[in-house]
Amino acid sequence: MVDTPAIIEFRGVHRRFGGQHVLRDVSFTIQRGESVAIIGESGCGKSVTLKLMIGLLNPSEGAVLLDNRPMEGRSEKELTSDRLRFGYVFQQAALFDSLTVADNVAFGLRQNTRMPESQIADIVRERLREVGLPESASAKKPAELSGGMRKRVGLARALALAPEIMLYDEPTTGLDPIMSDVINELILQVRERRPITSIVVTHDMVTVGRTVDRVIMLYPQPRLGADEPQIIFDGTPAEAFTAADPRVYQFVHGQAGERLLEMATR
Amino acid sequence: MSTASPATERTTIVHVVGGLCLTVIRDAGELTLFALDMLVWLLTRRWRRSVLITCLYQIGVESIPVVLTTGAFIGMVMAVQSYDQLRYMHLETNLGAVINISLVKELGPVLAATMLAGRVGCAMAAELGTMKITEQIDALRVLGANPMHYLVVPRFVACVIMVPVLTLLADAAGVVGGWFFSTQVCGVDSHHYWTHTEEFINWFDVAGGIVKATFFGGAMALVSCQRGFACRAGAEGVGQAATQAFVYGFVAILALDFFLGILLNAIYPLMGLMSTGLN
Repeated sequence: MVDTPAIIEFRGVHRRFGGQHVLRDVSFTIQRGESVAIIGESGCGKSVTLKLMIGLLNPSEGAVLLDNRPMEGRSEKELTSDRLRFGYVFQQAALFDSLTVADNVAFGLRQNTRMPESQIADIVRERLREVGLPESASAKKPAELSGGMRKRVGLARALALAPEIMLYDEPTTGLDPIMSDVINELILQVRERRPITSIVVTHDMVTVGRTVDRVIMLYPQPRLGADEPQIIFDGTPAEAFTAADPRVYQFVHGQAGERLLEMATR
Repeated sequence: MSTASPATERTTIVHVVGGLCLTVIRDAGELTLFALDMLVWLLTRRWRRSVLITCLYQIGVESIPVVLTTGAFIGMVMAVQSYDQLRYMHLETNLGAVINISLVKELGPVLAATMLAGRVGCAMAAELGTMKITEQIDALRVLGANPMHYLVVPRFVACVIMVPVLTLLADAAGVVGGWFFSTQVCGVDSHHYWTHTEEFINWFDVAGGIVKATFFGGAMALVSCQRGFACRAGAEGVGQAATQAFVYGFVAILALDFFLGILLNAIYPLMGLMSTGLN
């Protein structure tokens, strides 16, 4: 474990949506500069965890701390300025349909800085080049882009404000293997070029093996016993691949085990 | 004491009515909180001019053809329906008064707003709903923009400005349509048509219609944006948001029309003007 101050901490976090209890008593700490993957089956609360980190959701119980201060209770102004410390790459890119690629990447700069347009244009060009997009793409609308291009524009937009913490929500989902590898390579390059903390939510074990130093595995809350913790693994990627816990081993190696029978009889 | 499980309980009319009442109260409460939040952003922050101009264009300019067409047909339909009745009483020269007073006070504002609730309100709910389910609204927050300030305030302001303007255009088209059918098809004398119109309509009638249209525009924008923000996942959710935006918007327009009609009727004598009784 890296011996640096904690940047994000989950302290006994519960999150419910109506009667659905998605996160139950989840606690972990992420150190500054760490690169962490949060893995787990669909519906186990991975994306909810990311949204709690950035204050898009509040915990039902417990606390999410950023720099040892709870996110909850901060004013709208404070929350806005805290969120700008994050870069968020959304699962489906979440590009603004009505804006061009260049306007999407420039959005945060125009919204939060008083930079002249010429400087914004330079940053946009630089970020697009960094994610491997040609200048000709900058005038296109998101609807004209392929899935891989949209993800890269999403990454360029997230990097435009030079964030301290990058959050990736399933960055390779829906992409072909080559484009998945391009995205993994970009995640690595972002880490190499900046002193950044990265949190990657994924169920792609290739991404885990290539891009992070630490893995946290969440287990779907409804499948847990009353006293079982929801985090069933916290260690390195190498340890995850050889884990003794069959739940971790089966997930990491993509083995259904008895799951089909279990689902049919549930 | 009965210990029947929920699964074995029968759904009665009381359950249905109770559930409906709860839904109405919850939706009204959500809409009120949404409107208050929007008002805070409207009054405390500078409006995003570029977004506002786009909204003014999309809501206003792009609606002009359909508003003019609708207005003209309303005027002509009024002429068709009224002519025989008035001719029976030998009052056909009063056709202008009947058509135009109905148009500027009631039909113009209500029908233009209803038509815009269908064209603009549904589109706003569907657009914002799609933005919500594709996480674009979350992306706005992440990038330091408040969705209420960036998305709702410009749409509200654009509707408050453009719905009255479009209503005036609908009124004008209706007046021309009514005049055309009455004089060119039914053969009513043009001079008498306009003389009677002038006798019965004053500036307060036109202003009252515009005041109504301003409220209709604001209500339509609020209802549509709130439904978009409350949109549930999937294509079905977006469809429901658009449908609810129209239905709730239409109900809001009719309810406002009723209350504003009473209010304007009460103000009318205070202005030293004679009521035509057509509010």
